[in-house]
Amino acid sequence: MSSPASTPSSRRSSSKRGRGSNPPTPQDARSPPSQRRRTDDSTSTGDLQPMPTSPPVDAQSPGGPDALFSSPPQFRHSAIPLDFDISSPLTYGTPSSRVEGTPRSGIRGTPVRQRPDLGSVRKARQVDLHSDGVAEDVVATDQSLGQRLVIWGTDVNVASCKEKFQRFLQRFIDPLSKEDEDIGLDLNEPRYMQRLEEINMVGEPFLNVNCDHLRSFDENLYRQLICYPQEVIPTFDMAANEIFFDRYPDSILEHQIQVRPYNALKTRNMRNLNPEDIDQLITISGMVIRSSQLIPEMQEAFFKCQVCAFTTRVEIDRGRIAEPSVCKNCNTMHSMALIHNRSMFSDKQMIKLQESPEDMPAGQTPHTIVLFAHNDLVDKVQPGDRVNVTGIYRAVPIRVNPRVSTVKSVYKTHIDVIHYRKTDSKRLHGVDEETEQKMFTEERVGILKELSKKPDIFERLSSALAPSIYEHEDIKKGILLQLFGGSRKDFTHTGRGNFRAEINILLCGDPGTSKSQLLQFVYNLVPRGQYTSGKGSSAVGLTAYVMKDPETRQLVLQTGALVLSDNGICCIDEFDKMNESTRSVLHEVMEQQTLSIAKAGIICQLNARTSILAAANPIESQWNPKKTTIENIQLPHTLLSRFDLIFLMLDPRDEAYDRRLARHLISLYYQSEEQMEEEYMDMTLLRDYIAYARSYVNPRLSEEASQALIEAYVDMRKIGSGRGMISAYPRQLESLIRLAEAHAKVRFSEKVETIDVEEAKRLHREALKQSATDPRTGIVDISILTTGMSATARKRKEELAQALRKLIQSKGKTPTLKYQQLFDDLRAQSDTAVTKEMFEEALRALADDDFLTVTGKTVRLL
Amino acid sequence: MPCVADWLNNPFSIVQGIFAQNVPNSDWEKKVTEYFKEKLKENNATNWVPSLNDVPVHYLKPNSLVKFRCMVQDMFDPEFYMGVYETVDPNTNARVLHFGKYRDVAECGPQQEIDLNSSQTVTLERQTFYCVPVPGESAWSVVVLNPQFYAYISASQARVSPSTSYTPSRHKRSYEEDEDMDLHPSKQKEQHMGSGSDIHGCVEPKRLETEASAGHHLISPNCSRPLDLNFPLPGEKGPACLVKVYESWDSFKVNDVLEVYGILSVDPVLSILNNEERDNSALDPMECMDAAEEQRVHSPPASLVPRIHVILAQKLQHINPLLPACLNEEESKTCEYLNLTPLFVSNFMSELSPVRAELLGFLTHALLGDSLAAEYLILHLISTVYARRDVLPLGKFTVNLSGCPRNSIFTEHIYRIIQQLVPASYRLQMTIENMNHSRFIPRKDYAANRLVSGVLQLASNTSLVVDETQLQQGQLDRTGVHNVTALGNLITWQKVDYDFNYHQMEFPCNINVLITSEGRSLLPSDCQVHLQPQIIPPNMEEYMNSLLTAVLPSVLNKFRIYLSLLRLLDYSISDEVTKAVEEDFVEMRKNDPESITADDLHRTLLVARFLSLSAGQTTLSRERWLRAKQLEGLRKARLQQQKCVNGNEL
Repeated sequence: MSSPASTPSSRRSSSKRGRGSNPPTPQDARSPPSQRRRTDDSTSTGDLQPMPTSPPVDAQSPGGPDALFSSPPQFRHSAIPLDFDISSPLTYGTPSSRVEGTPRSGIRGTPVRQRPDLGSVRKARQVDLHSDGVAEDVVATDQSLGQRLVIWGTDVNVASCKEKFQRFLQRFIDPLSKEDEDIGLDLNEPRYMQRLEEINMVGEPFLNVNCDHLRSFDENLYRQLICYPQEVIPTFDMAANEIFFDRYPDSILEHQIQVRPYNALKTRNMRNLNPEDIDQLITISGMVIRSSQLIPEMQEAFFKCQVCAFTTRVEIDRGRIAEPSVCKNCNTMHSMALIHNRSMFSDKQMIKLQESPEDMPAGQTPHTIVLFAHNDLVDKVQPGDRVNVTGIYRAVPIRVNPRVSTVKSVYKTHIDVIHYRKTDSKRLHGVDEETEQKMFTEERVGILKELSKKPDIFERLSSALAPSIYEHEDIKKGILLQLFGGSRKDFTHTGRGNFRAEINILLCGDPGTSKSQLLQFVYNLVPRGQYTSGKGSSAVGLTAYVMKDPETRQLVLQTGALVLSDNGICCIDEFDKMNESTRSVLHEVMEQQTLSIAKAGIICQLNARTSILAAANPIESQWNPKKTTIENIQLPHTLLSRFDLIFLMLDPRDEAYDRRLARHLISLYYQSEEQMEEEYMDMTLLRDYIAYARSYVNPRLSEEASQALIEAYVDMRKIGSGRGMISAYPRQLESLIRLAEAHAKVRFSEKVETIDVEEAKRLHREALKQSATDPRTGIVDISILTTGMSATARKRKEELAQALRKLIQSKGKTPTLKYQQLFDDLRAQSDTAVTKEMFEEALRALADDDFLTVTGKTVRLL
Repeated sequence: MPCVADWLNNPFSIVQGIFAQNVPNSDWEKKVTEYFKEKLKENNATNWVPSLNDVPVHYLKPNSLVKFRCMVQDMFDPEFYMGVYETVDPNTNARVLHFGKYRDVAECGPQQEIDLNSSQTVTLERQTFYCVPVPGESAWSVVVLNPQFYAYISASQARVSPSTSYTPSRHKRSYEEDEDMDLHPSKQKEQHMGSGSDIHGCVEPKRLETEASAGHHLISPNCSRPLDLNFPLPGEKGPACLVKVYESWDSFKVNDVLEVYGILSVDPVLSILNNEERDNSALDPMECMDAAEEQRVHSPPASLVPRIHVILAQKLQHINPLLPACLNEEESKTCEYLNLTPLFVSNFMSELSPVRAELLGFLTHALLGDSLAAEYLILHLISTVYARRDVLPLGKFTVNLSGCPRNSIFTEHIYRIIQQLVPASYRLQMTIENMNHSRFIPRKDYAANRLVSGVLQLASNTSLVVDETQLQQGQLDRTGVHNVTALGNLITWQKVDYDFNYHQMEFPCNINVLITSEGRSLLPSDCQVHLQPQIIPPNMEEYMNSLLTAVLPSVLNKFRIYLSLLRLLDYSISDEVTKAVEEDFVEMRKNDPESITADDLHRTLLVARFLSLSAGQTTLSRERWLRAKQLEGLRKARLQQQKCVNGNEL
């Protein structure tokens, strides 16, 4: 018995397992498929079902069947179609082979859908068969050993592979699983059986299998899947279908179930792909940048002889259809014509995937790779989506000309997509934390945890923040807390909505105090940072705008800086230069953490859970210590009160400080890079530390901490109440809570404790001391920030207005007054100095009361 | 010298030899690089290698060794190629192994076929860089670089009829070469036509035609639109090149300046490929979208954009041809094949101070007798970003030369002088129109899958002279605002955010920006120097021209070496001086807390740094510190004065 036939026959025999058929002879292996196909043909021609592909044996075999077996070389030739023919049931779920064996209505009635994602380069591998005689012998001996057969070129034994996978489907339980798709699954039951049940109910014949699960279940099977996906996946299909139709024999599906593995463990960076990955199952992540129109790809061409009406089918071979030049039946040359509507097509789409910006080494341009999506996966992703793609990596040689043997020595590479997983699809719904979690290795976590136990961790981290900026310790600490953020609290079910967890910080102060530098640092540190300047950005640039895609004429919502920095930090430089309308969008963002858009018929609310780090310069270029914060930066107090911390970055004037500053700066200028690195924690560690804390630590208030917070709040209220002012509002309490939580996160602590509250209090007080001190009285006065004016100033203003009114009234019934005259009189009368501004303000106040009007240099009474 | 000719003219024979000797293992690749490294180490061997920068492509022999000095403009996706492949002769069944490295097309004899499924096939990976000549490269650096090709360039610049005796003979040879190339594919075609059943046969003659035209360096008729060669600066010429890198491509970055030695490939088959693909595109819906566009850009006709298969590649620290390529001790070890003379530095250092004095005098004249401005200009010209502390670039020294006469040719001449001194420079005229319409920021074109260059894509240490005197009142549109912001970011952070449509990516850069303006510039700058002309020449044009002609070329060369060399020196501050500076700063703050800020200290430290370096000193001395303070004082006094003047005018 000639050996090569063993491969196909073994496959078939395994596929017919359970029928208990005799070991097939080569003849048996060769002839029945075509016959069967014919019969099958007749049963299903009516509805033009796609069928198991089989190459036109007749068209390609060089000789008759007798000659086939006479000499080995020729036989090898025939082995191609043979092998392929028989592998087709394997590939496409074996309906034909089960026709007799399994008379279940379910599987029989369900058509098979081709898997172009698996099959396209298949034959290239098969052809290898003839160049390698050794392998055949191996197979031969294998066969003689009985059923221990493997698919050629692999170590995959179909039968055992299928069995293993069925066992996996039936038994795999992962109670600890935390996938977002788990909703509605009973984690203590075999999960994939539940999935099959789902398929039965929903009718979507795709079974997604997490490779990680498979790996934990059977390491070897996993390895086979990774290495030989195009052999193993069809086997999986088969296994899944068998189980499915066993259970739900009456189920009606569009086509047979297709298994789609995903998460091939090592989610690779595009940059790491190398020639060894060719034809393997890989998962890579990236961003979709272009997608093509739908392309109908011919899978099988249908030719008809013009002379004798003989028909034949030609299957696609490496992207080309070989048109038969001679009619097999009547031997007429060039008589075969393509019949389009009897040929088979499948949907195909070309997609370009680009490396995600985070994966890229600095200074290089991103790589792109071509994906081919087939059938159902067409149009599943849009440009701009971040996806994880699982598929088979392919390399195809480029021929200069199909007829000339010159070959460009370069391969075209692409990925046949098997599974997509969008990484940002949940972003608009607000549960993306899980999917976006950065994966940390055990040891990295160890290092981070070790670090978190250090008593001075807070100081350490804050000093690692922008080390080139000297001192400003409290500001750095504040920003550090901002980077960690508070705990997210969701009270939507009680109708109170989300509570903001993000901390907003405003830096104001003299120009040249490295505010922008701090902002730049933060922007570079966090993965989702956005940096804009108040000067150049418009409301549209910050929020979102609607654009018409020039190609598809589709309306596309383009998101601006605030939405893009969702879950990150939006750094806004030159906050004071922002125009009023732009600033107004921040009101909603900073408290509600959402952004409402009503544009071009699109009405929606986007999440913008972003922390805002803003920097503002004083209006008169230098900070005027005689004025309040509001007066200095001229920002509406409604906005200011939304900042948790407002810091002044001023240039302190003291000798010791100057000295240290000088030393710091000089060291900047001559210390080598290495020295600097020794001194400070490096940026990646800091980044990891923050990322870890943000995603894994979610502290809650402890009893003592709540008590401490209450006390702190009451104390703050008390300070002012003595003088008849309010010095704290609930907003300040919220800020305190957020800060305390963030501080607990820094310690990796699940509980907010008193020390956290202490530090939060200290920072908050510190910031207040800087920004809310009434320059006239030197008292911390929160109303400067909440109402824009200190209580004393307001009082004084009222007094002055009253005095002015009295003065005017005392002048009797003159309808008009000279401006300058009035000002001088008031000055003379008042015991404190009255500036021109104060006078004007008082006039304005009276004008508001409809007491007078001011026109130019005259004051007219009403 | 047949031996030279061999490795120079026919490097493939060498590679083939080495390949044949070592075939089973992959050692041969290393041996090839070793061999060429050795060869290039021989005295002056590098000068033997023709440079693509100087010689037009069509005068170079295909498949010969060439060198190219270039900037990486874009990086394409890595490609997999057949590292080793096997050919079969269908008649005799004879199998031969070939190497695919350094080749675009898998070669095989007329009677052979490539066995795509051979188990011997080894797939390897290589990276393609799209390289352009260093943008803004000064004409002098080209002239100095290759004196033997100088005559040649002047001839090619004249262009009308290459008249040197050298050229026609070369041309003839390359012509023959092309015919040779043509001969061989056509033979195969004939064969096929002979076999009869080929329905494509009728197409063949046409294809031959296009091939021939491509071979003759004309723009192929199928190329409907002229190909944008994607130079960063408008009006640049020169060969763009696809550089195929075989090893350690990760170490190269966009905007790096490289010198590559490699095999030139202008195989006309590449152009056929191109046409072929385009023909197909009409039929094949796959190609309809952007594949065609991408194809056009990624494999342009070889006659327009030749390929270089790199054998040796090296990052250049600087592009001044008057200096040896590497100056550091350790680095020179890695590139010793370039004949280094470490003595060079010490020699030059000995005559540093006269050169400095001369340069100062020269620049003083150029700046109409203002020696302070000249002093600052020197400091500016030797400044370079030597380190980055988190986000802060250290060592950038952007000078704003204010008080330039408006609408005069002064600024233009200042640029011409700078151009004479530095190896690469560009003058950016800041007109409203320019700002609104030119492309500053490189942008990714996803249709063609390439990075469309912009003015701000420059190599390290390029001098960018921004001429703000040209700016008139007017409306900046969206692009204009973006451009100005990008320019501002470049100055402040020494980085450019390239536009990748869906996101931006930050590329650090190191560009010396000099802003000439009337008043204070609207762009940020590290230091503003107000020009105080001492002499007003009646005829500016004449004055400036005579200035340039008066300088001897040898002196000019010294200036050039001076500026490039000092940039590369190390620098430190001793503890002692640190103390003194500290004291000083505290003292200054005491006296005048309002006007002395941390920024001033920053700037003074910078000035002191460059001042020391400009005198060839690598540590800060007390005297230099005082001198730096003095300079700063003078500069500030001028600004103050200017403010007063303006105040009075108002």
